[in-house]
Amino acid sequence: MITALAIMALGAVVLGAALGYASIRFKVEGDPLVEKIEAILPQTQCGQCGYPGCKPYAAAISAGEADINLCPPGGMDGVRKLADLLGREVKALEAEEKPKQVAIIDEATCIGCTLCIQACPVDAIVGAAKQMHTIIEPLCTGCELCIKPCPVECIHMLPITENLDNWKWKYPVIEIKRAA
Amino acid sequence: MMNWTTPPYLLDGQASVRRVMLQVLVGLLPGIGAYVWLVGPSILLQLALATISALAGEALMLRLRGKPLSLFLGDGSAIVTAWLIALTFPPLAPWWLVVVGTLFAIVVAKHLYGGLGQNPFNPAMVAFAACIVSFPALMSQWPALGLKLTFAEQVSIIAGLAPRIDVMSGATPLDAIKTALKLGEGTVDVPTLLATQDVFGNFAGRGWEWVTTGYLLGGLWLWQRRIITWYAPLGFICGLSLLAGALWLWNPQGFASPLFHLFSGGAMLGAFFIVTDPVSGCTTSRGKLIFGFLAGLLAYTIRVFGGYPDGVAFAVLLMNLCVPLIDMYTQPPIFGMKNQR
Amino acid sequence: MLAQLFGFKGGVKPQTNKAPSVQLPIGQAPLPSCLFVPLHQNIGGAPNPLVVVGEHVLKGQLIGGADGWVSAAVHAPTSGTVLAIEEHVAAHPSGLPTLSVVIEPDGRDQWIPRTALDHRSLAPERVREILRDAGVVGLGGAAFPSHAKLTPARAVPMQDLVINGAECEPFMTCDDLLMRERAEEIVRGIAIFRDLLGAKRVLIGIEDNKPEAISAMNKAVLRLAEDYAVVAVPTRYPAGGAKQLIRVLTGKEVPASKRSTELGVQCFNVATVYTAYRALAHGEPVISRIVTLTGNIEQPRNWEVRLGTPMRELIALGRPKADTDRYLMGGPMMGFEIPDLAAPVVKATNCLIAGSPALFPASPPEMPCIRCGACAEVCPHELQPFELYWFSRARNFGKTQEYHIFDCIECGCCSYVCPSHIPLVQYFRFAKSEIWSREREKQAADAAKARFELRNAREEREQAEKAERLAKAAAARGSERKPAPASAAVLPPTVEPVQPVAAAESAEAVSPSDPDTVRKATIVAAMERARAQREAVKPRNTEQLTVEQKNEIAAIEARRAALKPEPAAAQGGRADSATSQERPGE
Ligand code: SF4
Ligand code: SF4
Ligand code: SF4
Ligand code: SF4
Repeated sequence: MITALAIMALGAVVLGAALGYASIRFKVEGDPLVEKIEAILPQTQCGQCGYPGCKPYAAAISAGEADINLCPPGGMDGVRKLADLLGREVKALEAEEKPKQVAIIDEATCIGCTLCIQACPVDAIVGAAKQMHTIIEPLCTGCELCIKPCPVECIHMLPITENLDNWKWKYPVIEIKRAA
Repeated sequence: MMNWTTPPYLLDGQASVRRVMLQVLVGLLPGIGAYVWLVGPSILLQLALATISALAGEALMLRLRGKPLSLFLGDGSAIVTAWLIALTFPPLAPWWLVVVGTLFAIVVAKHLYGGLGQNPFNPAMVAFAACIVSFPALMSQWPALGLKLTFAEQVSIIAGLAPRIDVMSGATPLDAIKTALKLGEGTVDVPTLLATQDVFGNFAGRGWEWVTTGYLLGGLWLWQRRIITWYAPLGFICGLSLLAGALWLWNPQGFASPLFHLFSGGAMLGAFFIVTDPVSGCTTSRGKLIFGFLAGLLAYTIRVFGGYPDGVAFAVLLMNLCVPLIDMYTQPPIFGMKNQR
Repeated sequence: MLAQLFGFKGGVKPQTNKAPSVQLPIGQAPLPSCLFVPLHQNIGGAPNPLVVVGEHVLKGQLIGGADGWVSAAVHAPTSGTVLAIEEHVAAHPSGLPTLSVVIEPDGRDQWIPRTALDHRSLAPERVREILRDAGVVGLGGAAFPSHAKLTPARAVPMQDLVINGAECEPFMTCDDLLMRERAEEIVRGIAIFRDLLGAKRVLIGIEDNKPEAISAMNKAVLRLAEDYAVVAVPTRYPAGGAKQLIRVLTGKEVPASKRSTELGVQCFNVATVYTAYRALAHGEPVISRIVTLTGNIEQPRNWEVRLGTPMRELIALGRPKADTDRYLMGGPMMGFEIPDLAAPVVKATNCLIAGSPALFPASPPEMPCIRCGACAEVCPHELQPFELYWFSRARNFGKTQEYHIFDCIECGCCSYVCPSHIPLVQYFRFAKSEIWSREREKQAADAAKARFELRNAREEREQAEKAERLAKAAAARGSERKPAPASAAVLPPTVEPVQPVAAAESAEAVSPSDPDTVRKATIVAAMERARAQREAVKPRNTEQLTVEQKNEIAAIEARRAALKPEPAAAQGGRADSATSQERPGE
């Protein structure tokens, strides 16, 4: 009995020491968690999560202040990846998921006020004061931040449609049940 | 019906799971023939019992899991499991033992792990292991070969209507030498034992070696049909005979020859029908070799030094555990990458 | 001759079904009623349209200019009038539209002036340019611009030029017939490629089920006194895969991670060679190709078809049988089902097969993988398809890449033999396109992040500079008048890192209020003007609109109508707070 206990105790001590050593030896510097979270976030920088950008939201998640289901552009896919990374439950998205969009300026109406330029977090709008503005489509993340500031409401969101360049092969449908 | 709009639009009309499984069943026939000749038609009864309970268990589980019955019942995989169970259990085992074993294999070892293709352990071997642990006595009662029982007598024994004890004096060759060695405490030696017992005939008389030869022939046929590859069987045979050979050369009095080991117990059945099970075995060629080899070593070790009469089942189960690891380390180099490792 | 053939692992032997379509010689397909020539027919950059609606074009006239180096030009297949440049359904499994030039033939089929050139008298760069501008792409089905494959690797001397006449796909016979009928042109064309690459040896690989093609090519090689080796390779699908043929003829294995020139070998399809020869020696750009029309039709045959011919019109030539239920483009192993027969014949269309339930029976239901390894045994790239399947199915794309999914050539051998009838190739395609799309998204996200950070840094810097200026001005004013103005005191000399949301507030504190009213007035005036403009706006182009454009306009009009009654106050209020923001130019 005593020997058994002693052996178990000894085992625990040895393993504990090994684990402790490993955690010192293989310590990871910095806070890669924030970076890992940020890598999952879509970088739309829209602020819909309630944070002024993706990085602050990532920081808030890793600090445990924010839930993982607040980023609508990331969609359920993003929530799933975050849950995977952090070992948390998958939760339904707070807001509803929208198809990907890009903004487009109605160029005939634009008065060149530059307000949208200031709002765009990723510098996807070009133009100068009193000149017509336009959006560089490939750079636009679809964050909608430029819609509100426009005094003449000439910015609209267009969903990105499927074309030959972004077309994807679909997941094979499994219809085993139907075959019966 | 499904209509894949996906290439290839041409398919090999021959290939199907059912066809694979049917060929495995055909491969078992020579062994079964020898079995019938050796112990009489009781084995056919056991095969039928096992088949019926396997199909019943399969149907039940498919229904519970909401899978299409017709598709999966017809694939033949349950029957293969059933036949392997019937062939590894004692031929005069009570009917309920075979039924319980088969149901256990189908329900627990196969479907609770996800059904066809998903089971990490060979279902037949799980059943064998579970039964030998739970009913050790029943599982080691083999009929004496000299015993001439009519089919009616066999049926009544299986059905539990006749007393079992007096007819169950026999043993498999493996059992025979193990018990004898134990009783004799070193005063008997293996060659004399083998010469005096009546179960292993050294291919001269009536003995279990004919059954295993049947399995060997069936296995070779499967290999020729490209249903199985040679890697795992060769590995198994090598593993088993290597250890057996080494110990036999070292002490021929205390250990039986590799030939004896290869042709007794479940060695040949194991080599060609169990370690070749694609679902629970390795998938890479080198992996199959390693898998078979280690299973052979383990089988010998367990059968000679362990407490059970035969070690194939436990060896295979242990090796099933290592499959993912072996597969991971034996991924073959792909086209164009052979010189870059 | 070649001493030794190397094998390749795996492969299958499906029914070849080639006999029906080789009975008749290549036929000239009649001029269709209308041609839809897609601009993007090659891998790489999409050519830009060079013609305008209403223009009259001549046969062979350039209508789409190559965009970048990896791109190839597109030409008018006959003379006629450009009816439209619009989105038309593409020859693609998705049935999505692509920008196409619609040409109505005038029936005269009048060529542009053509000049014959000798490639030996031209600089190699010039030859490559000519090939690009003649639209020469791989006609085996990949449509990769050929000139881009004609630059030898610097470090490795070019050993072998492999000419692919294997044509391993069942049903397909277009290369077979081309070699039978136009062997001499092919052999002459090979010289162009050989000279450009500086290849030491030329190997022409033809599957041994095409004895006529082999003898025709042999005769042509003899007649032209070239030292090319015509090699009969064993018939086994996919022996005609470029990588498999290279392996069989030279023993070299080209992995997905390398270009074949890096191993000193390059491979071209016979039809590509033929078009290259026509382009140089006759000045004829690629405006047609040989298409096998076969399967469930009355008259299987190979046709020389103008690119842009609607598939429906071509198929009518073969008179499909009544029970035809689908059409495939490409062979039955690697081709795809055509969703819409309005799609045109393009450079990649090597074969059209009418399918019937008898010809291509529906696949039996999919069962779970039993890990039998049959797929791994036939995989010519020695992959483990069941592992790939497992991970693709679970959407574990990282693992699929570890198991080399991008080495898979989608040959379909694995699906062909799978006893569980798993559509393996479909899983692999799904995984590949999913990986690509994620890659694109990741790149876009990284770029967005970089731009966002750049912008934040810039704003921060501007804020700091501004604050500094203000502080200086305040100090200057302070020396004149004692009490410092409150606006300057509010701001500390260095500003905290500014987030865009916070920017408005901090900026508000800085802006002086005097010019503000002026600005407000201008904005209101501008808004008025804009509103007037919006109402007065006259769209210039209302005739040539595509359906999408029309829908779009309707949607925008609807939105405008919904916006109109909105009170100006709301806008004014928004403008108010917005005007107080800083202008980046200030
Ligand atoms: S909602 Fe998502 S995309 Fe938008 S800022 Fe927050 S994390 Fe970034
Ligand atoms: S253009 Fe508008 S929608 Fe697009 S990224 Fe900039 S602010 Fe967001
Ligand atoms: S052939 Fe089919 S069942 Fe066999 S291992 Fe491959 S995927 Fe699985
Ligand atoms: S499709 Fe891909 S995985 Fe399947 S056999 Fe061909 S190369 Fe191998």
